[in-house]
Amino acid sequence: MATRGFQGRPRTESAAVPPGQYVTDDFPVLTAGPTEYIDEADWKMTITDGTTSKTYDWQSLHALGTVDLVTDFHCVTHWTKLGSTWTGVPVAKVFEDAGVEEFEHALVKSYGGYTTNLPTEDLLEHDAMIAVAFEGDDLTPAHGGPVRLFVPHLYLWKSAKWLSEIRFTDDEEPGFWERAGYHNYGDPWREQRYYSD
Amino acid sequence: MTTPPTPPGKLGWRRAKVRENKDETGSAHTVFLDDEHWQAHEAGQHIDVRLTAPDGYQASRSYSLSSGPGEGPAITVERVDDGEVSPYLVDALEPSDEIEIRGPIGGYFVWRPDMGPTLLIGGGSGIAPLRAIWQARTDAAPMGVIYSSQTAQRVIFAEELTQARDMYVRVHLTREEHADYRHGRVGVSDLSEAIEAVKPQLIYVCGPTAFVESVSQNLVGMGIDPRALRTERFG
Ligand SMILES: Cc1cc2nc3c(=O)[nH]c(=O)nc-3n(C[C@H](O)[C@H](O)[C@H](O)COP(=O)(O)OP(=O)(O)OC[C@H]3O[C@@H](n4cnc5c(N)ncnc54)[C@H](O)[C@@H]3O)c2cc1C
Repeated sequence: MATRGFQGRPRTESAAVPPGQYVTDDFPVLTAGPTEYIDEADWKMTITDGTTSKTYDWQSLHALGTVDLVTDFHCVTHWTKLGSTWTGVPVAKVFEDAGVEEFEHALVKSYGGYTTNLPTEDLLEHDAMIAVAFEGDDLTPAHGGPVRLFVPHLYLWKSAKWLSEIRFTDDEEPGFWERAGYHNYGDPWREQRYYSD
Repeated sequence: MTTPPTPPGKLGWRRAKVRENKDETGSAHTVFLDDEHWQAHEAGQHIDVRLTAPDGYQASRSYSLSSGPGEGPAITVERVDDGEVSPYLVDALEPSDEIEIRGPIGGYFVWRPDMGPTLLIGGGSGIAPLRAIWQARTDAAPMGVIYSSQTAQRVIFAEELTQARDMYVRVHLTREEHADYRHGRVGVSDLSEAIEAVKPQLIYVCGPTAFVESVSQNLVGMGIDPRALRTERFG
């Protein structure tokens, strides 16, 4: 059923955009709480499976070697940003270096207390990276700098800002938005916004 | 096109009928909706609105509920001049038109009376969910409101705010001077004065990203525990 009198923006036959999303040139900021300000020099992240763990700082993370990734990403608040360049260390690389066990689930934690959960597979077998730069510049605090997770194939709330820990576990533990009624997995192409989608 | 059966529950898309499209300030309207499947909402929650063009193209956006928990669904929308959805909602919607909605949605930026004294800080249309929250206030949970608007003309819910004698209310205008309002941005001294007066356990900040960033940075800088802050950014 059409909405009376609604035309919408002129349609562009552009790159595929997931259902319900529109393309923006901005990079809006969405965060549950206030922005965290963490110095590069103070930043640390732990990769753990509960028994084995390894902690990284800015230098030891970079020592693993960064890659560039050009990709689209999608926020659950309906905007999509096309073709931007991200720089970071693939999660699979950090995982291997840390020598932790491949449990089925991952719980990701941020400075400030934010958490999100996703299947380990989605961190290891896709483009997921521990990101340090966006469009060639250091990540700003508002966008999760100095270091954030970046998982482009899922809605952006999975890409935890101010990354502090990735914990691999047997049991699935819902994160912050997942407990607040958002979808457990969050695939933009299947429009998995809320828990019942 | 066949319409799939409406999924049960509040997250399925449903048709809601416009009861009234009320002009608040010229650029902001409150759209009152009738939805036979509406399930009571909590203050601070939002709905998603979806519009469909004749060729099947759809656009959806989120809008906070500005109606209090006991009231039916209403959203207060500020026209973004070159926007796709907001100009339609503000200028084109008429009573008995139908739009698709789903919700209420959101479990984070919500407020319940057991949360105690609360300070609400809104910029522009960010006042919408804060209005739902102050509608829910009780004697046990006193409230304060700081509201930043560009001009006096654009102050939404002005009358309600003036008449709410039991609330600490300060309205700031950033682009003009006016006898009834404070002039200039919300600064650290305004924040400390309000905190002193309201003694809030929680502070809700809502509005454009730049506004939310500046206010919450100031609050954290003043020593407010980040866990006492709830923020909602409109884009
Ligand atoms: C949780 C939540 C609650 C919200 N609550 C409210 C509320 O209570 N009241 C309210 O007024 N708003 C609210 N918003 C904001 C609202 O969802 C919309 O973002 C806003 O109304 C603008 O939508 P629009 O379609 O009119 O503009 P858009 O079409 O989204 O455009 C917004 C801006 O982006 C630019 N833009 C975007 N896409 C394109 C494009 N393809 N081509 C060119 N330019 C483009 C436009 O130039 C414009 O400046 C809320 C947002 C969130 C996330």
